[in-house]
Amino acid sequence: MSNKNLISEFVRILGKENVMGEEADRQAYAYDSAVLPPVVPALVVRPTSREQLSQTIRLCSRHGLPLTVRGSGTNLSGGTIPSSSQSVVVVTNGLNRIIELNARDLYAVVEPGVVTADFAKAAAREGLFYPPDPGSQAVSTLGGNVAENAGGLRGLKYGVTRDYVMGMEFFDAGGELVKAGSKTVKCVSGFNLCDLMVGSEGLLGVYSRIILKLIPPPAAQQAMMAIFDTVETASEAVSAIIANRIIPCTLEFLDNFTIRTVEDFRHAGLPVDAGALLLIEVDGHPAQVEDEAEKVKQICNQNQAKKIQVAQSAEEKDLIWQARRDALPALARLKPTTILEDATVPRSQLPAMVSKIKAIAEKYRLTIGTFGHAGDGNLHPTILTDKRDTEEYSRVEAAIDEIFDAALGLGGTLSGEHGIGLAKCKYMEDETSRATIEYSKRLKSVLDPKNILNPGKMFGGKADG
Amino acid sequence: MADMRELVRMLNELDEDMVQCVRCGMCQAVCPLYAETGRETDVARGKLVLVENLSKEILRDPKAVKERLDKCLLCGSCEAACPSGVKVMDVFLKARAIITGYLGLSPVKKAIFRGFLSNPDRFDGLLKWMARLQGPFSRNINETLGSSCARFMAPVVGDRHYLPIASTAWHKKGRRNFKQPDGRGVKVAFYPGCLVDKVLPRVADAAMKVLDYHQVDVFVPEQIPCCGIPALAAGDRQTFEHLVQKNLDIFDKVPFDYLLTPCATCTATIVKLWPMMTENLPEATRARVQALSGKTRDINEFLVSVLNVGPAGMPTDPGRSVTYHDPCHLRKSLGIIDQPRTLIKAAGGRELVEMKEPERCCGMGGSFNLQHYEISRKIGGKKLNCIAATGADTVATGCPACMLQITDLLSHAGLSVSVRHPVEIYAESISS
Repeated sequence: MSNKNLISEFVRILGKENVMGEEADRQAYAYDSAVLPPVVPALVVRPTSREQLSQTIRLCSRHGLPLTVRGSGTNLSGGTIPSSSQSVVVVTNGLNRIIELNARDLYAVVEPGVVTADFAKAAAREGLFYPPDPGSQAVSTLGGNVAENAGGLRGLKYGVTRDYVMGMEFFDAGGELVKAGSKTVKCVSGFNLCDLMVGSEGLLGVYSRIILKLIPPPAAQQAMMAIFDTVETASEAVSAIIANRIIPCTLEFLDNFTIRTVEDFRHAGLPVDAGALLLIEVDGHPAQVEDEAEKVKQICNQNQAKKIQVAQSAEEKDLIWQARRDALPALARLKPTTILEDATVPRSQLPAMVSKIKAIAEKYRLTIGTFGHAGDGNLHPTILTDKRDTEEYSRVEAAIDEIFDAALGLGGTLSGEHGIGLAKCKYMEDETSRATIEYSKRLKSVLDPKNILNPGKMFGGKADG
Repeated sequence: MADMRELVRMLNELDEDMVQCVRCGMCQAVCPLYAETGRETDVARGKLVLVENLSKEILRDPKAVKERLDKCLLCGSCEAACPSGVKVMDVFLKARAIITGYLGLSPVKKAIFRGFLSNPDRFDGLLKWMARLQGPFSRNINETLGSSCARFMAPVVGDRHYLPIASTAWHKKGRRNFKQPDGRGVKVAFYPGCLVDKVLPRVADAAMKVLDYHQVDVFVPEQIPCCGIPALAAGDRQTFEHLVQKNLDIFDKVPFDYLLTPCATCTATIVKLWPMMTENLPEATRARVQALSGKTRDINEFLVSVLNVGPAGMPTDPGRSVTYHDPCHLRKSLGIIDQPRTLIKAAGGRELVEMKEPERCCGMGGSFNLQHYEISRKIGGKKLNCIAATGADTVATGCPACMLQITDLLSHAGLSVSVRHPVEIYAESISS
């Protein structure tokens, strides 16, 4: 940022230690976890109070400076990459207090920079359960989870972040405080602004406080691993489990390539000749868990499972989930660049989607491992490449286009849980319609007339404020 | 090397390692420094980006990169937790060496490393001189800990509560040759490391007692050069290589089965960093490095894994307990987790009570503590709380640097918890 007076205004609001203007510091906020070109912002600020946050937004608004809010920068769709070289990056990890954790009314009030796993642990200490568990939960912030409507492994039974946001306070584009939702279970006062704000990817406001729902934890769990010869039989088993009115808390899928890669990495004795693995966990009341686990076992058997391993101890359970936790790290080690997609299809279309991904991998001569949340049709085709190899990378880009085409063709969606950001905005009209885009843009232009809130994301367009 | 092109060329040699980072940001969960500051340039992902940008000339400010790269505990928490297996320590240490080569070593560091560290006799002389001075200038603070602080505002010591420097380096008295050069028993060379040698000689005494008890034949040379880590951390490859060479010349002369050290950092440096950072040396030297490195063991690991010292159902006294802090350079660098605990249990007397997050870095980080004392203390504050919460009367850890940091933390908090190396605890049990 060349304007010295402007920088000193930020310093006056935030203190010297929370304003980063040196080039080396700014270059460290030019990226997130998406494989996209970096954009170096003009300034990085780190407010540590609601008041500082409000004044920061007011200052940006007054000077028409675009701002991108960033938690831990683990976004997989480029949502936290600065919109332009004029952008101010607002880091929220200094706003990381759990303000209230109410075990009587089952809610918590948090600041946006609280780390997801820290919050889940704090809830567990009170004997409560916060189910959303995105893969990055050890570092991701709740503000980021809400902005992206993050999911996780428990989506099938427990839903996603949206299902736990009861209310919030956020600053509008002028820095004025807006209140949405409530601490009560029921609340119909006014528009449902809260749901509008969830998944808004920083385009409509800046969260300052979030009210999250907590639930009682399940008393018992049972994990198991079912081995199948083909993706089709595994997928039939998934459908049959749901058709039998059983909703497992987790129902995960690994394809053959992922199984082999994980086994090479961990040597835990996974069946490398299996076509697919299902990792299943049921939870609830102990009697119900016992009953459902038995039924799931029968259903897998009826659907030609080659073998079913039911965890008999905490160690065995951990071993089963270790295979799932290893999927991404094991794949990521094969090649320098890892592109993790999250195209999602109706559950019944899982085999069709898996075979389309396989065909796309062959067509473009690429290595793609597929794993993911079979229970909710949210797959993670993971493309392994080297971004330095420009010829291969152009094939990667073409393959991604086709993966999204395939998902939409099967009645699915571009993104189950990673968001649209920069990476997927060009496909948005394919999933929705021209009118949908126009409607969203009109909404944005009214709520953010100067176009300063994370411009250029979600439906593209002008990014420089 | 004052040529920017040469700097860029050398940094590009790290490209294969740097490109492995997929920017997932999981290092943010484990970095003790980032937990305090929340700044991206303090965590591995940010630092890797800066080195990469410098190598691609996107950033043309080696000084700014060095400043940020140097602000790191080198605890290796990020590397141990990295989902993509990025060799973070390789990149950081090599980048520090390359950039320091370009910018030149600061005059103070140059004086310390090249003038004293690389010359063991002169280094001993300097410390002896400092040991004489410290009496009049410091006052005792805590009996249990044996800590002192400066009577007046000292420029370097500041507000630290430290253990006094020994008047004579331990090895001057401790040097010894094999009793039975041709005997068949296990033969070890003992390498105390500078901190044990000069500040915590009681740890070396305890090690000798234990090794004698187990009838291990021990050799201690009359000169013990530093392992080189302070120089390496500062990017001074010349001093580092000089020290490696000096050590090789001393230890190559004597045949032994293991080189033992009671210092986590020396062990990790010799085992991991020596082979990694001597790639450019002649083949013959590299072979010698590999041989010595392959024989080097942490003393806890040696006693438990080689001599099979184990918990023998030793009784514990009610009301007496000890807790254990995992040094980063044992746990994260070398995977040594159980052996020190086994040794403590084998001693009996005190019950071993685990603290919360025993693997959390104490914040010492060698010279990090000298340059960033306030942050180091803050990071240590979390460790202090974990120790205090156990109610243990003793805290054990297998690293003299951690021992100094924990002593400083406890002394400031006014706690009477004694700080011991597991070998000391085990040695005490032998006499009783």
